[in-house]
Amino acid sequence: MTATTRDPQYNFAYLDEQTKRMIRRAILKAVAIPGYQVPFASREMPMPYGWGTGGVQVTAAIIGPDDTLKVIDQGADDTTNAVSIRKFFARTAGVATTANTTEATIVQTRHRIPETPMVEGQILVYQVPIPEPLRWLEPREAETRRMHALSDYGSMHVKLYEDISHHGRIATTYDYPVLVNDRYVMASSPIPKFDNPKMDNAPFLQLFGAGREKRIYAIPPWTAVKCLDFEDHPFEVQHWDDACAICGATDSFLDEIVTDDAGGRMFVCSDTDYCSGRVAADQKESAA
Amino acid sequence: MSGPLLDVRNVSKAYGSTVACAGISFRLWPGEVLGIVGESGSGKTTLLHCVSGRLRPDAGEVIYQTRHRGTVDVLHLGEAEQRMLMRTDWGFVHQNPREGLRMAVSAGANVGERLMAVGARHYGRIRDSALDWLDKVEIDTGRIDDLPVTFSGGMQQRLQIARNLVSGPRLVFLDEPTGGLDVSVQARLLDLLRGLVARLGLSAIVVTHDLAVARLLAHRLMVMRRGEVVETGLTDQVLDDPQHPYTQLLVSSVLHP
Amino acid sequence: MTAMLSFRDVGKSFVLHQQGGTVIPVLSGVTFDLMRGQCMALTGPSGTGKSTVLRLAYGNYRCQHGSILVCHDGAMVDIAGAEPRVVLEIRRRTLGYVSQFLRVIPRVPTLDVVAEPLQAIGTPQDEARERAGMLLRRLNIPERLWSLSPLTFSGGEQQRVNIARGFVAGHPVLLLDEPTASLDAANREVVLDLIREAAARGTSILGIFHDAAAREAVCTATFDVSAVRAAA
Repeated sequence: MTATTRDPQYNFAYLDEQTKRMIRRAILKAVAIPGYQVPFASREMPMPYGWGTGGVQVTAAIIGPDDTLKVIDQGADDTTNAVSIRKFFARTAGVATTANTTEATIVQTRHRIPETPMVEGQILVYQVPIPEPLRWLEPREAETRRMHALSDYGSMHVKLYEDISHHGRIATTYDYPVLVNDRYVMASSPIPKFDNPKMDNAPFLQLFGAGREKRIYAIPPWTAVKCLDFEDHPFEVQHWDDACAICGATDSFLDEIVTDDAGGRMFVCSDTDYCSGRVAADQKESAA
Repeated sequence: MSGPLLDVRNVSKAYGSTVACAGISFRLWPGEVLGIVGESGSGKTTLLHCVSGRLRPDAGEVIYQTRHRGTVDVLHLGEAEQRMLMRTDWGFVHQNPREGLRMAVSAGANVGERLMAVGARHYGRIRDSALDWLDKVEIDTGRIDDLPVTFSGGMQQRLQIARNLVSGPRLVFLDEPTGGLDVSVQARLLDLLRGLVARLGLSAIVVTHDLAVARLLAHRLMVMRRGEVVETGLTDQVLDDPQHPYTQLLVSSVLHP
Repeated sequence: MTAMLSFRDVGKSFVLHQQGGTVIPVLSGVTFDLMRGQCMALTGPSGTGKSTVLRLAYGNYRCQHGSILVCHDGAMVDIAGAEPRVVLEIRRRTLGYVSQFLRVIPRVPTLDVVAEPLQAIGTPQDEARERAGMLLRRLNIPERLWSLSPLTFSGGEQQRVNIARGFVAGHPVLLLDEPTASLDAANREVVLDLIREAAARGTSILGIFHDAAAREAVCTATFDVSAVRAAA
């Protein structure tokens, strides 16, 4: 865990207080209606659209001086974007930051849910590019809103049907559509479907921010999240034949890394914190 | 079941000073096919849209006899209920099949969508239904995974019909179903419609300007002119013994090759 | 004895709006009863309105005056002014009509054209087709033609298909418009046999026979239409 001093040139966490209140109101509404997309007045942030502005605004609205923030991008704490967002909050909020999932109070993520199970009291903030799960089928915003209002979701299954008819199985492997609290169909954000089961009945709060599309949605703790599927093609997570080459885990999401031009490859945990934690524990054990 | 399936009372619709429908009333009984004929500007298409829930008339009621819940006034149903009705009990076949199809998804998905919309969750059974219906509308079942853009106009129209009929509707609205199709394709489509209507005991309202289509498909006719019904009766009677001057004009104007 | 078909003071005229509203009176005060098992011929010179009487009876023409009663399901129903679905129901089960010319629907095979009235009253398709085939055979329409549309048939062949279609369902009342016209002697005899058999079953027949010999062979009554010709 590292702590820094806040840059006094900025308001706490960059956004002005009125903006934070506006975002918090949107968040409250989102939490009250699980899976429902709440429009909000997304602000100009010091990074372009597509680089996590939604997630950053949600985090900025909820973070306090006593919070500890972890930021991951595709599971790793040390990628450019994760580093840059972490530094942003360190500077504008002066909060403690960490790579350790268990130490964090807020985890902002792009494209993964941490392998280490999160607990009650923690908040997971997702960065979302396209919040509307029906957008692929229906380009009109007025129409998709109506479809959500009327639970007009037949077309979601049309997409899965198309997958099966073309590929023999549901080919969607990330941003898998889910039914939240038995009511709203929601875009789970581009996390691999491997992570979807973690969303179901989770003890932690899940917040989703889409900056460019100006939408916030949420899944309060202990909410049912069901992946859409067919009776004869039930939802399945990905499996690997290999274990992580670094820590030996067989239960985590593995990235495939090409090691040479001869087609050599190895599989390593996408979640760097999880992986290094297992290695450290192993070393402790062998030392003991 | 006693009583009419659809009871239309005094439906009126005007666009500014142009009267499209002037207090039109009629009843449709189960298993009946009603043809609404007239020339452009007669108001027949406006009437069709008003009674099928697609356009809100200025006045009037459209009373529909549901399967289990007695009669409902379609125009005053909540939107969710109306959508449900239009998706299960009713069908609407557009003149241009592109308006009634999802061009970006496969033929099978087009046919299966209504089933999925009302909760069907077994891929195999949905696909089987789609295959069955493609067969019924004489589309090669091997094309179930093809996109409608690859279909001819006649095939697209037949696909639209299958998409509407898969949910077993009791009432189908057809807007110039053979408009824009080649004559031989029209003949085939009309045959298909005749057969399906008879076999499935459908009720239908067909809007057409083509009297030959009306004679083939409809049991009764309503002749419209400038928003009003000028003559109504048994199809062969209206066409063979027209009483109203306008009907006589229409009938005598038909070209016979 | 019940009348199966009754005309009561029926009047019919045409108003030709396309010709300045010219009125063409055709019939006036037509009254007669057609009893069960009776075969009645409509007589009179050409143009007096014999076909018109048949079309009125079928509901194809509308009368301006009077009532046209058909015994349907044991009750007398007035076709004039009946709701279309009632008329269609009467045509489906009670009233058959063999017009002078077959109206051809391009793609329907001959066998199905003839089988349709049977299927309309609930006969399963196989049985309907079998019975249709029997009639077609009697009327000398060879089997090789059954899968074709009657569109390309000769006038005589089309008429025989029309007759088969009219007789197949065994309606209690039959309206026949020149059933033996354009038929050779052999086929004419077949049709007369069909009429006799139908009458023996109790069918009431109202027909127009241009051929006096045919008329005398099967009809037990006549109605002179020229007597009810409306004054011009």
